[in-house]
Amino acid sequence: MYLCILGLPLMGFIGAAGFGRFLGGRGAGVLTTSLLALTFFFSCIVFYEVGICGSSCTLSVSPWFLSESWDATWGLLFDPLTGTMCVVVTSVSTLVHLYSTSYMGEDPHLPRFMSYLSLFTFFMLILITGDNFLQMFVGWEGVGLASYLLINFWYTRLQANKSAIKAMMMNRVGDFGLGLGIFALYTIFGSVNFESVFACAPHLSDEKIVFFGTEFHAYTLIGILLFVGATGKSAQIGLHTWLPDAMEGPTPVSALIHAATMVTAGVFLIARCSPLYEYAPDALGVIALAGGMTAFFAATTGLVQNDLKRVIAYSTCSQLGYMVFACGLSHYDLGVFHLANHAFFKALLFLGAGSVIHAMAGEQDMRRLGGLGQALPFTNTMMLLGSLALVGFPFLSGFYSKDALLEVSYAHFTLSGDFTFILGCGAAFCTSYYSFRLVSLTFLGEPKGPKKAYEGIHEAPFQMAIPLVILGIGSLFSGFLGKELMVGLGTPFWQNAIVNLPTHNTGLEAEYIDQSIKHLPFVLTCIGGFLGLFINSPYLSPTVYKMKLTALGLNLYTFLNRRWLFDKVYNDYIGAPALNFGYNVSFKSIDKGVLEILGPFGITQGIRDLVNQIHKLQSGLIYHYAFVMLLGLTFLLTLLSLENLIQVWVDPRLWFVFGLAFMSYFLAGEKTTDEEKVLG
Amino acid sequence: MSLIHSLHVSFVVFLLGLVGIYLNRKNIILVLMSIELMLLGINLNLLSFSVSLDDLLGQIFALFILTVAAAESAIGLAILVIYFRLRGTIDIEFIRLMKG
Repeated sequence: MYLCILGLPLMGFIGAAGFGRFLGGRGAGVLTTSLLALTFFFSCIVFYEVGICGSSCTLSVSPWFLSESWDATWGLLFDPLTGTMCVVVTSVSTLVHLYSTSYMGEDPHLPRFMSYLSLFTFFMLILITGDNFLQMFVGWEGVGLASYLLINFWYTRLQANKSAIKAMMMNRVGDFGLGLGIFALYTIFGSVNFESVFACAPHLSDEKIVFFGTEFHAYTLIGILLFVGATGKSAQIGLHTWLPDAMEGPTPVSALIHAATMVTAGVFLIARCSPLYEYAPDALGVIALAGGMTAFFAATTGLVQNDLKRVIAYSTCSQLGYMVFACGLSHYDLGVFHLANHAFFKALLFLGAGSVIHAMAGEQDMRRLGGLGQALPFTNTMMLLGSLALVGFPFLSGFYSKDALLEVSYAHFTLSGDFTFILGCGAAFCTSYYSFRLVSLTFLGEPKGPKKAYEGIHEAPFQMAIPLVILGIGSLFSGFLGKELMVGLGTPFWQNAIVNLPTHNTGLEAEYIDQSIKHLPFVLTCIGGFLGLFINSPYLSPTVYKMKLTALGLNLYTFLNRRWLFDKVYNDYIGAPALNFGYNVSFKSIDKGVLEILGPFGITQGIRDLVNQIHKLQSGLIYHYAFVMLLGLTFLLTLLSLENLIQVWVDPRLWFVFGLAFMSYFLAGEKTTDEEKVLG
Repeated sequence: MSLIHSLHVSFVVFLLGLVGIYLNRKNIILVLMSIELMLLGINLNLLSFSVSLDDLLGQIFALFILTVAAAESAIGLAILVIYFRLRGTIDIEFIRLMKG
């Protein structure tokens, strides 16, 4: 049964990809969805057995390659962390499969789409169930590949192709860091198995490693390199630019990538490596700072985005920042708990947005929506529910994880704790603002779109509504149900999956912080929410528009709307120079330049030129020949007579160099004459 | 007359012949004459050494070289005549058929 969790999505992929032609769109949809539903059922059993009953287990599947002390095997590790992730991944994936059968129902390539979705799920499950870093890397690369295939599912669209390439490339930057991190792990531990590495972790915490000629504390270096991998996959600041662009894919893809699977891999990696990170406080500091900055940056950017999906994408980025800084503050359990809650409400938001886009015939610019509340009451309810869960409204799922995050960051008496608390509160305010701005612009106010779109408006069909309802229930209750289980004080749930040094655990302090601090995020959320509703209401929007047109307002708006100009900086200062370097230096100067001249082209051309020069010496005139004879004789006689003198000063090897120099001289001389010929 | 003097003479004669070959740009007969001059210089050299070293071998060589020089000039003049018959000129400037 545990193997079925991996096997069924793979079967779904093979079935839909290999036999999609015979199954047809509907058949492929039914096949993959039902297989995924079965996987979800098994995942629940795993969660019960492994997590709640506390019987973690490993399965050894087969050796992969063995060489001396190196052993790479295919093995599965089921512990509470894996169990939680399995449930999250398979539940959201199942609902996305079901949703896609209707949302993508008109698409002629539905079997291909369903097969990609199953492939994505399969690789994600490989990632989370692997019992060594190498197998995790397979899943890691696999979800990157599947995301590439899914983002440019509509491969005829130029923008989709570019986005997919961007996603792949940005991820690959992180993957490189992850690869280096795994190499470093192997150097220190001599193994990449989780068991061996984590068992040795407390004993090798003083090891040093030399990297780029400098000696580093091994765990810090490994931790930061692994975090570079997590940065790429989890869209942390610096490598986040692919995430909003990944919106070019169909909406269910966004829901899958952004809610439950791909972006959570980074957080999962950090949580999985908690035994290492606990002994690398510097690495944890870096993670906390990066997470805090991501949360704040993405939340401010989300304030002024006009694309329905882009707002939610930045919200994802921001929430990932929350999870990462929770991990950076040694509260891996909170990070994973927020991950699980976030999966539900973010999938709900994305699928709800998909429902809106579906209803409005593809319109996703919020400035051309509006007034959909009466036309789409069900979607409206679901989106509002998702937004409330996202902003951490009391007793909804976001509340239990997000406010707890902010509390532990305040109770973490370090610089990074204060830093993340302040940025986290700012981000909470912005989150609330843009969530309600989204609701206000989309569902309230006056209709701003074309009349035709409103005439054809329709509520989500059955297959799309079911996932929304289930996710809505999840968003309502997952926080309450999971709180004591996963992040309750002294809960035995995580067993050995998450290691937390007693000195790092501030869970108890977080219970006893000042009452006003505990209320602060909620107050900020309320203010942000009201501002979001009022500023974007028809009464205030003309005033706000005038404010936007002032110099300061325009600058600020442009800065935020252009995503802090990250893309511009990357394109102008990294992308363009890199391409320039690739074309002018490595291609033109080295490949087609130096190597060609020293290699085939230069040698043949050089010898040909030399021969041309030499045969020109034969003018046919007798006195020239006579002169050359005399000259040669004189030269040889001189050499002979001066031999003793010359040998002292001139190394015989230098004659070879002189020969080359003469050759190149002739070559250069011939080049100019060639050019003159061309010019003449 | 010491050996040095006669060697000087032979060397100067040889050098004049050599210079005559490559400084001459007009007449191919002058080239042949220069070659004869060089051979004469060599002969003189051989004879001087033969006398100085009191060895007959040099004189025998000189006699052989005289023969060879005669034969060479005969053949050279024959070639020249044939060449003139073909081209109608013996001007060196126009002998460029051996161009590389």
